[in-house]
Amino acid sequence: MDFQLNEEQQMLQDTVARLVRGEYSFEKRLAFSASDLGFSADFWAQLSELGLTAVPFSESLGGFGGGGVEVQSVMTELGRGLCLEPYLQSVILAGGLIAQAGSNSQKERWLAGIASGEQKAAVGLQEPQSFYDLNSVETRAERNGEGYVLNGRKAVVIGGHCADLIVVSARTAGDTADADGISLFVLSPDTAGVERRSYPTIDGARGCDITLNQVQVSADARLGEEGQAAGVIEYQAGRAIAALCAEAVGVMEVANELTLDYLKQRKQFGVPIGKFQVLQHRMVDMMSELEQARSMAILAASVADGDQSLERRRVLAAAKNVIGRAGQFISEAGIQSHGGIGMTWEYNFAHYAKRLIAINHQLGDDDFHLERYASLSYAH
Amino acid sequence: MNLNYTPEELAFRDEVRAFLEASLPADIAARVKGYRRLTKADHQRWQRILSAQGWYASHWPKAYGGVEWTPVQKHIWDEESGRYGVPRSIPFGVNMVAPVIIRFGTEEQKRTYLPRILSGEDWWCQGYSEPGAGSDLASLKTRAVRDGDHYVVNGQKTWTTLGQHANWIFCLVRTNTEVKAQEGISFLLIDMATPGITVRPIITLDGEHEVNEVFFEDVRVPVDNLVGEEDKGWTYAKYLLTYERTGLAGIGLSKAALEHLKALASRRLRNGRPLLQDPTFSQRIAQVEIDLMAASISNLRIIASVEGGGMPGAESSMLKVRGTEIRQAITDLARRALGPYALPFVEEELNLEYDGEFLSDEHAAPLAAQYFNNRKLSIFGGSNEIQKNIVSKMILGL
Repeated sequence: MDFQLNEEQQMLQDTVARLVRGEYSFEKRLAFSASDLGFSADFWAQLSELGLTAVPFSESLGGFGGGGVEVQSVMTELGRGLCLEPYLQSVILAGGLIAQAGSNSQKERWLAGIASGEQKAAVGLQEPQSFYDLNSVETRAERNGEGYVLNGRKAVVIGGHCADLIVVSARTAGDTADADGISLFVLSPDTAGVERRSYPTIDGARGCDITLNQVQVSADARLGEEGQAAGVIEYQAGRAIAALCAEAVGVMEVANELTLDYLKQRKQFGVPIGKFQVLQHRMVDMMSELEQARSMAILAASVADGDQSLERRRVLAAAKNVIGRAGQFISEAGIQSHGGIGMTWEYNFAHYAKRLIAINHQLGDDDFHLERYASLSYAH
Repeated sequence: MNLNYTPEELAFRDEVRAFLEASLPADIAARVKGYRRLTKADHQRWQRILSAQGWYASHWPKAYGGVEWTPVQKHIWDEESGRYGVPRSIPFGVNMVAPVIIRFGTEEQKRTYLPRILSGEDWWCQGYSEPGAGSDLASLKTRAVRDGDHYVVNGQKTWTTLGQHANWIFCLVRTNTEVKAQEGISFLLIDMATPGITVRPIITLDGEHEVNEVFFEDVRVPVDNLVGEEDKGWTYAKYLLTYERTGLAGIGLSKAALEHLKALASRRLRNGRPLLQDPTFSQRIAQVEIDLMAASISNLRIIASVEGGGMPGAESSMLKVRGTEIRQAITDLARRALGPYALPFVEEELNLEYDGEFLSDEHAAPLAAQYFNNRKLSIFGGSNEIQKNIVSKMILGL
């Protein structure tokens, strides 16, 4: 048993850490978030120059075939900086869907751009009625000559506001909640009939809802077998869950460091408030939650790129449940320990707290994954 | 990063399994798995089997008859022990006083006491807590006054687990009242047959006799029974407590208890279907199973970090809190799974030999009592609040 990163993984993590430390001060992040793009094009370019956007891709695409642990190393450091760039959406999710389901020519056409960072991709897998169930798809794709016509609405597409490519799920057969009959399509947002309503998110990122109105796509926009995408979507959502868990650990690390510093510096009644046992014990609870979360992020990373199995599904559901609860606890306890200053926009803690809550709303919250774990484990 | 056992560790696990399958008496395993009462004779019978295998003193140096298991091997043993229903080790001799004697005792003390611990001839109990000294252990008042070749001991110890079975007790006693509380304490080994010692049972809320009060009235203890130096006992006591804390998280025990709970919940019905498929109950079980999965990895991370030797630090305090909360949550659910049948306390069904009809489920009888009994987990071995104080000071620097 060995929980240490190997030399290359450690170098990778150090590289990202240095970049984030140098380029992503809290003040800069506020400015990136407030810009039209909603993140830093310059930082994205640096991620790309250092080969970080290519980490999970094969060597032929300029990547180094990184697995769950390599992605974990990158995501934890991006989490520490509260980085706003669409790494999860473009590199992990869209890249993962195309890499798994795409034909050779589709991979050549799209993946090189995603791996190099020249193309930013987003994924539209959720819909207004779907909540967190990615098999709940009402958007229809109907055969039309050589291609398809898409109609429907995709919800909360993070990074979709600026994406060059959007991978959407649409139903080619079956009813709303059926696993069978879901297909994946790659769209340019400039296609006629694609309408985006963009917005900022509560944690300082950006996204959009997308309406698809008689959107004509060619047959080679479809990824993989018609109607057989549910398994691909589930698998790639699993990789993204592991990546989100790693990001959350980075966010929690900083949230705890900030809180601990504050307990040591802030004086009331003539002493640092960290002398009060109630606050000490809450701080210990925050540390303990972080360690539980870290354990599950490690376990999630260890199965993220493995073969699909009941065990992989259970571990990823368990991990997201633990991360969601730990994140909410640290967010709330940290704000409480900071008192009034924790409520302000200008102090960084609140932004870490918001990111932790936001992560719980991406790819399923702790309730969703608790129910999923129970039904995977006991419903037979 | 590699979360798997090495081939050598897997081979060790196979060896442990083969040994337990061949040598763990079925009646003892059944009592353990069903939370039935274990007698002193049950414990002693199992200890002799373990000693014969050479596995009783898992972390003693080999020179004294130990096996020097690595932390991973010890972990494998704990996990398999839970699965097979091995009785919990009574730690006071082998895991508590022995490491202190090995580290701080005289050659004569090592020759005298260690073989008798290995053979099971001596049953040790712990004389630490007093009525006025619980979490604030250093405030203990039991006095030992030097008189020639003896100390004369007067005072009272309490919460003495299984003291009714013991023939020896290791005690923290005050030998100096002139100095700071921690600096006037000594570590004494006392023969329970010495005149002036009285053991009185304390019946706990589940009706069991597990703990005792021990009274000392002019008890004469030979000076040779002092461990280390006079007034330096606090150092030895803390050394012992670090041993006590490791393993208190009870991950292996929780895994076994969870399997027991799931089996129970698959038999008990609500709304015509097993509780294991009841929407509310299944999610309660799922939550504790997920928490246990995380704690189990945290445990492995600590084990891997001390694999090179050394003692786990305050991280094990954090895990003690987490692990005991999980064990308590499991016993809470086991009680809930009985519904109204948590109420009847049917003594005869506690005995393995009972061959009558069971009032509800064959495993029901001990479960409500077990829930109450396990409230102790967050109190003993340093209460969970004390563990948080330790983490706060040692890790956080608050």
